[in-house]
Amino acid sequence: MAEQARGKVEVNQDECKGCGLCVESCPPKGLTLSPELNHYGVHPAQYHAEICTGCGICYFVCPEPGAITVYRLAVAKSEVSDAATV
Amino acid sequence: MSEYNVSQCRTPVFFDRFERKDENQHQTHYCPGCGHGVAHKLIAEALGELGLQDRTVMVSPVGCSVFAYYYFDTGNVQAAHGRAPAVATAVKRSNPGSIVISYQGDGDLAAIGTAEIVHAANRGENITVFFVNNSIYGMTGGQMAPTTLIGQTSTTSPWGRRPNNEGFPIKMAEMLSALEAPVYIERVALSDAKHIMQARRAVKKALQLQKEGAGFTMVEILSPCPTILKMEPTVARHWVADTLIKQFPLGVYRDRKPEFEPVLVPQKGVAELLGISGKRLSDEERHARRQHTRAKTIKVSGFGGQGILLLGQLIAEMGMREHMEVSWLPSYGPEMRSGSAHCDVTLSHDRVGTPLVSTPDVLVAMNEPSLRKFAPHVRPGGVILYNSRQLPEDLKFEGLTVACVPASEIADQIGSAKVSNVVMMGALLEATDCLPFTTAQAVLSGLVKNRKLAEMNEKALEAGRNYLDTEVLVGAVAGPDGCGE
Amino acid sequence: MRQLCKGNVAVVKAAIMAGCRSFYGYPITPASEIAEYAALLIPQVGGTFLQAESEVSAINMVYGAAAAGQRVMTASSGPGISLMQEGISYLAGAELPCVIADVMRAGPGLGNIAPEQSDYFCMTKGGGHGCYRNIVLAPSSVQEMASLTMLAFELADKYRNPAVLLADGFVGQMMEPLDLELVEPVVPQKPWAVKGDLETRKNLISSIHLTPDLMEAHIRHLEEKYSECERNECRSETYRTEDAEVLLVGYGIVSRILRSTVDLARQHGVKAGLFRPISLWPFPSKALATAAKSAVKVMVVELSTGQMVEDVKLSINGSMPVEFYGRVGGNVPSAEECQAELFARMEVLV
Ligand SMILES: Cc1ncc(C[n+]2csc(CCOP(=O)(O)OP(=O)(O)O)c2C)c(N)n1
Ligand code: SF4
Ligand code: SF4
Repeated sequence: MAEQARGKVEVNQDECKGCGLCVESCPPKGLTLSPELNHYGVHPAQYHAEICTGCGICYFVCPEPGAITVYRLAVAKSEVSDAATV
Repeated sequence: MSEYNVSQCRTPVFFDRFERKDENQHQTHYCPGCGHGVAHKLIAEALGELGLQDRTVMVSPVGCSVFAYYYFDTGNVQAAHGRAPAVATAVKRSNPGSIVISYQGDGDLAAIGTAEIVHAANRGENITVFFVNNSIYGMTGGQMAPTTLIGQTSTTSPWGRRPNNEGFPIKMAEMLSALEAPVYIERVALSDAKHIMQARRAVKKALQLQKEGAGFTMVEILSPCPTILKMEPTVARHWVADTLIKQFPLGVYRDRKPEFEPVLVPQKGVAELLGISGKRLSDEERHARRQHTRAKTIKVSGFGGQGILLLGQLIAEMGMREHMEVSWLPSYGPEMRSGSAHCDVTLSHDRVGTPLVSTPDVLVAMNEPSLRKFAPHVRPGGVILYNSRQLPEDLKFEGLTVACVPASEIADQIGSAKVSNVVMMGALLEATDCLPFTTAQAVLSGLVKNRKLAEMNEKALEAGRNYLDTEVLVGAVAGPDGCGE
Repeated sequence: MRQLCKGNVAVVKAAIMAGCRSFYGYPITPASEIAEYAALLIPQVGGTFLQAESEVSAINMVYGAAAAGQRVMTASSGPGISLMQEGISYLAGAELPCVIADVMRAGPGLGNIAPEQSDYFCMTKGGGHGCYRNIVLAPSSVQEMASLTMLAFELADKYRNPAVLLADGFVGQMMEPLDLELVEPVVPQKPWAVKGDLETRKNLISSIHLTPDLMEAHIRHLEEKYSECERNECRSETYRTEDAEVLLVGYGIVSRILRSTVDLARQHGVKAGLFRPISLWPFPSKALATAAKSAVKVMVVELSTGQMVEDVKLSINGSMPVEFYGRVGGNVPSAEECQAELFARMEVLV
């Protein structure tokens, strides 16, 4: 079994405006813009590779209040570098 | 496989759905990639972390962020263009326990609202200002802002901003840091992840300081406006990083508390403060108690410094104490500046109609010009009291009682020119019998605390009364020789 | 017990009696004394006085304090009132109660500091943008500077709207007996205010209504409120109108002068009466029409070139001639001059 990613991202397709700021900001480059259009007519962001570290940067650079939810692996909490608060 | 826990998600400081919005209630109204959205998020996160949501009042400006109240589940007040710091000032002072945020754009804060931000900062209002500097007017479609860069085009600077026409970009963080009162001013940028995290810390620090009651805090946030800049959101962010920051250097401009001792005002009860005492008399009771007084209209005139206005006030005060209806009207308006002064006093048994005394029963003329000006208007049968030993040669008055009382001379003898008006008061009471002397004494002694002056006042009142009593023939038909010694 | 008090000072005392603990202002003659006394007195009862950087800021501070649920006031004159108009429009639009004392001076422009009544239009008709009204009360004595200030606070809260005390330099500068009685002010609950607490967190103070339908609904709501105010709040006073053949109409200081003119005219056998609007908006049209019943002519006197006269004409509605006599620039006619003007217009020879 491949090592489980330390974090996970969910993008709310309904809220995302496809600006791409999260895509650019994600350190391990785990986000991309979807080739599909959402109801709004833009290409929303999507999490495409299981490499999220749970740093939370994409959450903070995203202008939309709830377009991004970031998860962290429960056990690994203390081991995770707290990039978002550095 | 381990479970994932939520580490970052929509903060409850934002409404769940933006119900104050007409449509698309799950999305903000901001353009894709707009810095306002990020700034909102940083503020909301900080409020949540600091536990301030319930106490917060967001004052939103006019600009793209006019609808901040769609999003923040806090108290919300929408303000006129540029005036948010003034509104926030009073919101905070009304409820000092509240956390008040003034959220403003660069047109709002640095152009139309320059006075308001400078003075709120200078007073050290305990509010937090988030100043979103995107170098342009967003809401109105891309006109020049005071922060627009040299050479940057906008719809109102089509040739690029020219220093010779529009001057230079205004640096608010630097300007406000020149003031004494602000406790914390930092400029941050929403240009990339690293700077956004720095902005996050600054936003939180400013609110933390407000929570501690520290004073005025401001975070200037350099922010991308992709729409007006006509750039892709990512490119707009790079422009902030590469170009805007060069003009507006980032950093902490102020981080210290001014030292001073607050001065507190002593407190009083309302009744004491407003002089409310004793019981109210009915109109009938007052009517019954003023039967010994005489109704008169009086004009007191002279030049400024002779105590003209005060003499009038004293007479009005006496009339009031004797339960009369009274009014006192100072010379006011154009006449006031010429060095001459006069006032009108009405002592009446009925409700006073016009407080203007155009045809007085009594004229007190403390100098010659005022005698010449007002004497012709004295009512037939009226009284003139003139501050001199005699009338000017050329003046004659038919059908009037004229008493020449050298009040200034008498006052000098008593020891102060200041009491000449009180000498005249004594003479006036003697000549008209309108009010009792005892009231005059009571009013005067209530007026001055200084014993020496009080004694002089008493002497002056007496002297005026006696002068008229012994030296002037009251009731004698007037004329230059009908008065004086 | 009565106290001899200046009109401007009476305003501050009354405000304190009415529970006002917030004053935001900017100095201008002849209204400065109101700010000066507010600065002296209001902090002594635990309130806030702040001299703002301009009238623009002052009225926006009033907006903030009103939004936060305070009884709040400001005071100004001509040029300052002009600067406040945007804020007053916002206050009306956001339905915030406040009291604005306008001690009128001569204009336009810097004009001079002498009394005039030339802010009638801008205070009763709008002045700022949009379909709104101010409640406007016109005191004519020092006692009324106090009683109408208190009433202004009451009406402002009742209708959630700015209320204006429209005084002139004379009433402001005059001293007369002031009889105050200590009563606990009745300040209504303001559940709509934004106080920075859990209970009011949901509240929003704003005058924006983005879609035409919502905006229209809001304006209709205001209109409704103004109609109710017109039904309930017209105030006026008459003097010897029962048999009056000619009706004099004036407000503020002019009504005092005209009261004397009525007596003078009657001494000369002319049956004159006085109608004095106390509320200038809502204008007491019905009461005026009633007072004019026995009259054949109306004469309006103002310290302006003719502003209130327009409302008098609307009230009289063409049923009799409406004459006008105005003085401006700080000139104030005496009772005798008004009498002469009246007689000239009636072709009465004396
Ligand atoms: C008194 C007044 N003048 C002009 C306007 C029009 N106006 C609305 S927003 C705005 C500019 C806002 O620019 P800024 O403060 O930079 O905010 P942004 O929209 O860029 O966020 C202007 C001029 C107004 N609403 N009120
Ligand atoms: S930053 Fe937010 S709005 Fe932009 S693409 Fe990513 S999820 Fe979508
Ligand atoms: S115009 Fe600019 S500032 Fe306004 S919402 Fe769009 S991107 Fe943001």
